[in-house]
Amino acid sequence: MNFQILGTGSYAPEHIVTNDDLSKMVDTSDEWIAERTGIRQRHISVNETTHDMAYQAAMRALDDTGVKPEELDMILCATISSDLASPNVAIMVQKMIGATCPAMDISAACSGFVYTLDVAAGYFARGKAKKMLVLGAERLSKMLDWEDRATCVIFADGAGAVVLGEGESYLSSKLTAKGDDDVIKIPYYVGLSPFFTIPGEKPCINMKGREVFKFAVNAMYNDVQEVLEQSGLTQKDVSYVIPHQANLRIIDAVARRMDIAPEKFYHNIERFGNTSSASIPIALDELNKAGKLKAGDYIVLSAFGGGLTTGACVVRWTK
Amino acid sequence: MVYEKVVEVLKQHSSLDGLEVTRETTFKDAGIDSLDFVEILMELEESLGIELELEENFENVGELVDFVSAKVK
Repeated sequence: MNFQILGTGSYAPEHIVTNDDLSKMVDTSDEWIAERTGIRQRHISVNETTHDMAYQAAMRALDDTGVKPEELDMILCATISSDLASPNVAIMVQKMIGATCPAMDISAACSGFVYTLDVAAGYFARGKAKKMLVLGAERLSKMLDWEDRATCVIFADGAGAVVLGEGESYLSSKLTAKGDDDVIKIPYYVGLSPFFTIPGEKPCINMKGREVFKFAVNAMYNDVQEVLEQSGLTQKDVSYVIPHQANLRIIDAVARRMDIAPEKFYHNIERFGNTSSASIPIALDELNKAGKLKAGDYIVLSAFGGGLTTGACVVRWTK
Repeated sequence: MVYEKVVEVLKQHSSLDGLEVTRETTFKDAGIDSLDFVEILMELEESLGIELELEENFENVGELVDFVSAKVK
């Protein structure tokens, strides 16, 4: 026993920041950003917390299924940008939707949503859950150096959610971690302790773009093939690959190396930027709501991120 | 051998048709940006069985050929 996806939801802040807007803040241009990342605009929060966005995505996912908050046995949220250290985002969502089940956050950077699905599968396997809410929610805008043109043009805010029920649709998965704090690193605010002597670092995303590109392309190429193999499927069987929306150039480079048609690699990074753990559930929700998925479709989710972590899985769509 | 390989991979990634490549051709002139450059390095690593540092910056084809040649030996 594992799970099937009963429904999806997503939310992005109303305020849209275009490349032209950014070109007034840092030395960049629409052409430069679009060519190197594929991004044209992103949603940036003005007055919504990470849990506000997660709540909206959760409500939309519940609406998509008819599942009531009180039916949920567990709420899991993948995030690295909770607005509160405690309570966590999942607890705030529990409070806001009126659920009564346990709730916790899972931190695995941009691979977080796939990691969290894998944790969820364990609860179903142990018979501990019949219905679960799994979220990816991020307000990365609070972790950006808005004077660093290499990162502030890439990352953005948003949330995505899925409601899971008992099923057999989680066909295979692969998680990896590579013990690296050099390629991608986001220091925390150092705090106010008068005793602590290690100087604080700027609490903003640091990233070595070239290293990330190479790691991501190799990881996604290998992970997608491996999870397909594990589930006895070939690249021809895939209806959609939903890659983490980090950079369109990464997605294109992976697609070029595979026998899966490029149009099957779904992307919406043009409109959302990189929303870390929220990017895959937002993309999945778009596909679902656009009626592009049909029962029996095989969907591959593939992510990579800080850690360096990767996660991939194959899900059979049943809705 | 390295020179021919670099030219071949460069042409695949260049946005320009019928590009004439010499040692003096700059990556900028060939329409190669930083991420194209990483892909070129990745393909050279794969086809030549070597490892290359990604943070090196090169102006032109000659500099890349010399850098790669030193790794192949």
